[in-house]
Amino acid sequence: MVAVGISKSPTGIAGFDDLTHGGLPTGRPSLVCGSAGCGKTLFASTFLIQGAREHGENGVFVTFEERPVDIVSNVASLGFGLDELIAEDRIAIEHIAVDPAELAEIGDYDLEGLFLRLELAIDSIGAKRVVLDTIESLFSAFSNPAILRAEIRRLFDWLKDKGMTTVITAERGDGTLTRQGLEEYVSDCVILLDHRVHNQISTRRMRIVKYRGTAHGTNEYPFLIDADGFSVLPVSSLGLDHKVSEERVRSGVPDLDAMVSGGGFHRGSSILISGVAGSGKSSLAASFADAACARGERALYFSFEESAAQAVRNMRSIGLDLQRWIDGDLLRHIAARPTFYSLEMHLAIMLREVTKFDPSLVVLDPISAFLESGDRLEVQAMLLRMVDFLKARGITAVFTHLAHSHEGTAATDAGLSSLMDAWILMLNREVNGEFNRELYLLKARGMAHSNQVREFVMSDRGISLLPPYLGENGALTGSARRGEEAKARRAEAARRLEVARDRAAAEDRRRAATAQIAELQAQLAATERELGLINEAEVDYRRQADSDAAAMEASRKA
Amino acid sequence: MEAKKKKLVLYVAGQTPKSLAAISNLERICEEHLPGRYEIEVIDLRQNPKLAREHDIVAIPTLVRELPVPLRKIIGDLSDEQKVLVNLRLQDE
Repeated sequence: MVAVGISKSPTGIAGFDDLTHGGLPTGRPSLVCGSAGCGKTLFASTFLIQGAREHGENGVFVTFEERPVDIVSNVASLGFGLDELIAEDRIAIEHIAVDPAELAEIGDYDLEGLFLRLELAIDSIGAKRVVLDTIESLFSAFSNPAILRAEIRRLFDWLKDKGMTTVITAERGDGTLTRQGLEEYVSDCVILLDHRVHNQISTRRMRIVKYRGTAHGTNEYPFLIDADGFSVLPVSSLGLDHKVSEERVRSGVPDLDAMVSGGGFHRGSSILISGVAGSGKSSLAASFADAACARGERALYFSFEESAAQAVRNMRSIGLDLQRWIDGDLLRHIAARPTFYSLEMHLAIMLREVTKFDPSLVVLDPISAFLESGDRLEVQAMLLRMVDFLKARGITAVFTHLAHSHEGTAATDAGLSSLMDAWILMLNREVNGEFNRELYLLKARGMAHSNQVREFVMSDRGISLLPPYLGENGALTGSARRGEEAKARRAEAARRLEVARDRAAAEDRRRAATAQIAELQAQLAATERELGLINEAEVDYRRQADSDAAAMEASRKA
Repeated sequence: MEAKKKKLVLYVAGQTPKSLAAISNLERICEEHLPGRYEIEVIDLRQNPKLAREHDIVAIPTLVRELPVPLRKIIGDLSDEQKVLVNLRLQDE
């Protein structure tokens, strides 16, 4: 083996080629085993068809079980256009049918006929890939296992010599990988497909048992078979090495954005909205999505409780028109009951949808729906993968979580909390015979945030957060707040009236005093005038007296 | 007699020991038990592999009794004479 590693042929199966760093070993046989109905044939046919379509490698499909028409119609349901590939001589189907009823074995024989037919098929289209599905069927047709084993071994060696990249499918045996121990003959790559039912929910899983010369994960990876064919989701191969963003995204509720410094939550952060039933979680989550769409970004809304139409109708009542975003392909709403699939499958589907739609914001509403169907640790593991996956892509994630009581919230959700960057707690508290919604920002990593409980008010103009009334007996909300506010308003009015009255009285008194001052000043002026007159008279008198005295003196001298 | 004639086709692949053994075993059995009432055709699939597909041959050697119907197949080098006779029901007719 060369140090640089073995050469590989891509299978075209989404996820599988990433997982194996390139696909199946080129020119070598690979064994795909699993129980009935686990997707072996689909795996094999995808490998063959993708090889012919995308990689220019023609292929021979050797079937020992199904009629060629069955294969074509089975695969046609996936829309691969197998018919055309066959017509273009890029794929050949070789049907090896052996009916044990019409066979008698007398003496020594070999399977040279199979070799000749295979060689003819390979040469006729210049094949590079071969699928043997399922060669074990030969064991029920021929009664001499010693000959069969020797011939199968010879067949694998022959395919290797011819440089065929081969997929061999085999049934799972009791306690062994394959019923006939074929894994002994295939030393390069063994893949196990599994189909397990837990709590009446089935999950398909894939595991790479052996892959010589390649580092591979030993984990089980869920895989999907649906309209898009076979896809493996290497959900575990995620890390904590995601990039972080300083950019803030708005929640669509200005009052909420104002509660954190910077005016919004970090892009790419995970935000948990938890609260009791009817506390407004979904509405707040929808508001996040609406805000993203309003910015021209894409949002993906996974709902596990409501259908798209229902969500659109309900959000219209708080003034959010989601339909226009759905029509404009900015918002995608995907509804699925938690019990539709297993957790892995849900995760797998979500990851695939995210990859396909490439949104900037993803909502999961509510994640608590899973806790009822799955094991708590498994759910947490699933969410961890989801969070990591979204973070790695810089996608803002909004999770809602239905809490059953206010008191238990902090403790029971501790596991979830560590995954989340921000935690918005929604309360719905009964005071004086009425329930009022409240919102509290329990945590917001990397952001200074308000410690206040706000009253959460939804109206047809949207969501607003009111600072609660701080009365003598603590913060008040709802009608208590309105009552207290009315009381305060009345008190204020009364006080104002009193002040006005006092002010008027004082004004009166001032006016009276001013009048008095004016009168006294008049008196003063009169008195001063009198004084002036007196002084004047005195001066006149004195002058007269002086002139009289002078006149008298003059007369006396004369 | 013409109507009762057996038509036997033996498929082989090249001159391998198994193929040669099958040919000689078949000729000997027929000559002993069906003198003049048989017709043997030997087809070498190595020369004409398309026929393997056409006649659905997997194991080599394969003996096919084409006539009388129904068609019967025997695989192997035909080393057990009694078994061959039983399986071809050569005696009762």
